[in-house]
Amino acid sequence: MKRIFLTSTALALGLSATSSLAEAPQANAVLDTYADIAAAKYEDSLITAQALQAAVEVLIAAPSEAALLAARTAWLAARAPYQQTEVYRFGNAIVDDWEGKVNAWPLDEGLIDYVDAGSYVGPSDENEYASLNVVATPKFELGGQMVDATQITPTLLETALQEADGIESNVATGYHAIEFLLWGQDLHGHDAGAGERPWTDYATGDACTGGHCDRRGDYLKAATDLLVSDLEWMTAQWQEGGAARAELMQDGSAGLSAMLTGMGSLSYGEQAGERMRLGLLLNDPEEEHDCFSDNTHNSHYYDGKGIQNVYLGSYTRVDGSVVSGASLADLVAAKDPALNVEMTARLDETMQALGALKAAADGGFAYDQMLERGNEKGEALIMGGVNGLIAQTKSIERIVTTLGLDQLEIEGSDSLDAPNAVFQ
Amino acid sequence: MRPAGLAALCVASLVFNVAQADSPRPEAARIAAAMEMTPGEQNPYEGNPGGKATLRGGFAPEQAFAMPLPGLDDARAMDFVLGEAMFQKFWVQSPSSTRASDGLGPLYNARSCAMCHPGNGRGAAPQGDGPLPVSLLIRLSVPGGDSHGIKDYLATLPDPEFGGQVQTDAITGASPEGQPSVRYQEQIVDGVALRRPDYDPGMALSDATMLSPRLAPALLGMGLIDAIRPEDILALADPDDADGDGISGRANIVPSRDTGQPTLGRYGWKAGNATLRDQVADAFAHDIGISSPLFPQPWGDCTAAQDACRTAPHGDRDAREFELDATGLDLTTAYVAGLAVPQRRAPQAVIEGRDLFMDLGCAACHQPAFVTERRADDPLRSFQMIWPYSDFLLHDMGPDLADHRPEHRATGREWRTPPLWGMGRTKQVSGTEYFLHDGRARSIREAIWWHGGEALPARNRFRQLDATDRDALIAFLESL
Repeated sequence: MKRIFLTSTALALGLSATSSLAEAPQANAVLDTYADIAAAKYEDSLITAQALQAAVEVLIAAPSEAALLAARTAWLAARAPYQQTEVYRFGNAIVDDWEGKVNAWPLDEGLIDYVDAGSYVGPSDENEYASLNVVATPKFELGGQMVDATQITPTLLETALQEADGIESNVATGYHAIEFLLWGQDLHGHDAGAGERPWTDYATGDACTGGHCDRRGDYLKAATDLLVSDLEWMTAQWQEGGAARAELMQDGSAGLSAMLTGMGSLSYGEQAGERMRLGLLLNDPEEEHDCFSDNTHNSHYYDGKGIQNVYLGSYTRVDGSVVSGASLADLVAAKDPALNVEMTARLDETMQALGALKAAADGGFAYDQMLERGNEKGEALIMGGVNGLIAQTKSIERIVTTLGLDQLEIEGSDSLDAPNAVFQ
Repeated sequence: MRPAGLAALCVASLVFNVAQADSPRPEAARIAAAMEMTPGEQNPYEGNPGGKATLRGGFAPEQAFAMPLPGLDDARAMDFVLGEAMFQKFWVQSPSSTRASDGLGPLYNARSCAMCHPGNGRGAAPQGDGPLPVSLLIRLSVPGGDSHGIKDYLATLPDPEFGGQVQTDAITGASPEGQPSVRYQEQIVDGVALRRPDYDPGMALSDATMLSPRLAPALLGMGLIDAIRPEDILALADPDDADGDGISGRANIVPSRDTGQPTLGRYGWKAGNATLRDQVADAFAHDIGISSPLFPQPWGDCTAAQDACRTAPHGDRDAREFELDATGLDLTTAYVAGLAVPQRRAPQAVIEGRDLFMDLGCAACHQPAFVTERRADDPLRSFQMIWPYSDFLLHDMGPDLADHRPEHRATGREWRTPPLWGMGRTKQVSGTEYFLHDGRARSIREAIWWHGGEALPARNRFRQLDATDRDALIAFLESL
């Protein structure tokens, strides 16, 4: 899903280090930091996903309430660094093309595992489709093709369940597939409470609930293994010699443009719009990305944080160490100090608003409740985040202009032709 | 240019909701003068095919059709990105906890709008013999049904077994209706290689069933097309060729779920949909199986004969009433309506080609420009001179292009003149280049070669041009 917020291509300008006030860093130095932070964030995502993998293995080997809770905790922990990488998605094609495998939403729940048909007023009770999911059924027809899911492996998830026609999104893999398998559907509507899948959905023998506990465990393991290998791949793309880093470093102006496109697109269209505002409009308590775990407030928070720390050029890793270097903030400060102050303030304000949302949710005011039509407090919290993100987008636009990155499209302006008028 | 004949007036009297407010237009003479083209000279407005809504730079080539109208106010800009999210959303099968996203199918062609309209560009046809790609659909119908009080209406109904379209995908456990495919026969026609398609729907159809292949069109400028005054389109109609120029454009008057009454159709290969909301809701229902206020049935295109589909779980059972509620439909429509038109590339450089286009009479159907209606609350689309290069009327294009399947008032030989704006960017947006209603033409030249019926004389005039002139004309089309 390529979406462009601002320019993503630009003529090579070669920014010069001019300023009356401070030494501006070279574009390459800023891009280096950006890539270093990417590598660190993806590596942290990998490390925490590996911890999740270990917890999943324990859950499958020795299922128990505690093991399920530990796996859930590991999943929640794994989201924090990953959400901070979302700023890299728009503007870096390598990330955008890959993202649909690891973070696609919504999920096709019914394709993966049982769904609670009882809570829905459906037409038919002997719904033959109810059990036609990968966990319950080793062989079934999907889109006219027979799927052989006898062995649930990462390859099966990656290929047989992938949408045809080269669509990047996979509605059956990634973080949310794992989330679904750990929490189950959230059937609380606009009330507090998340998914309540029992640990016995993984129990062996007669204790198994929900049917096919062994295959459910297989799916969970396959999805987790796939996530880990996907994150391994992306981490390598940003390390020295990696393709994403190489692509970025090719052209200073294009690289800076990619950075700002990422910040702007995530701020505006994706987060303010699709992930926050749209949920308020569509009257669905589950119109939120981490809908099974009710973790959306954290996802929003770390999305915002990821934008902020890319601008400031400093990221604190999960182990407490700091990755930092020449930053976009430095670059902007050298060119227009007031604009840097403005951008930094906007980012701060957004983090305040997202922090308030996070705090409220951490304190028991569930995101599902906030989404309810007529819940003014909830709407105010969500719109606080939305408005902060919109405001910071305008500052990002100003930076694009100030740095001279808003070029006409590559294929040549016809400004040499007769002037083009607008009829009144 | 072309006098409105008596027949046009008869048609106008059938259109109950034609806005009468602005006609006759006080500025008609000024508008006509502004649209004039002096040979050898660029018209001052033709470089901005969307008027104020023209995109001038600031986008990557493949994004040319996916950008919002420049200068949208804050509220509309937010609606645009929300609608874009709806457009790109992958729908999932019911029951699902994500109620605003479930209700897919049970039978469908694609999970999202963007799958058939990647980059908002036109779809791809097959390169050679084989299955049809997702963006090339087969529509179905049988004769019969209501005339809706519309004169010269050619009543049809959905196929009683398979509905209005062949759905090629299905939710778990359900079976797609079929996997259509095509075989092409290469023919040299007057020195140009054309490929004549022969479609296999991939399932057994009744003898009465008519089928028509339909390629996904590009979506640029759809909101501007919406703003063209109906009387300006009707003024170009000449169904009985009263002026004797061989061109007999006809309006398609169609039942509209959005307006609730017979309305001028302007969207779709046979102008079968009246408003953009109609078109978007129609696509949701038939292509994705999603219900909405305009298409309330949750089972999409499934017929009473498709019992398993009709009884499968659907997404209507919650407080939101439809799988796609009014807000979602309006946002998606606002997105499509908010798409900008990218600038022309170097209009002066291709001026010879443009003049040839006019001399050959192409503009008799590919009407270059309109000025949109005035809209108090919509400055970007209000009173704009736009250059879609289409009269949006039906024309008999001859036996070789005929699908033999009427659609409302359109016969089996008629097609709506497609807009030509953006056609030169097809490759850069879609990655491939296929033209005409089913993508049989692999180049602009092939598309011109297929022009028959009313268009045959103009096509023959093109054929008589020398190579330099032909190249010039094609260069002009590529600049659009």
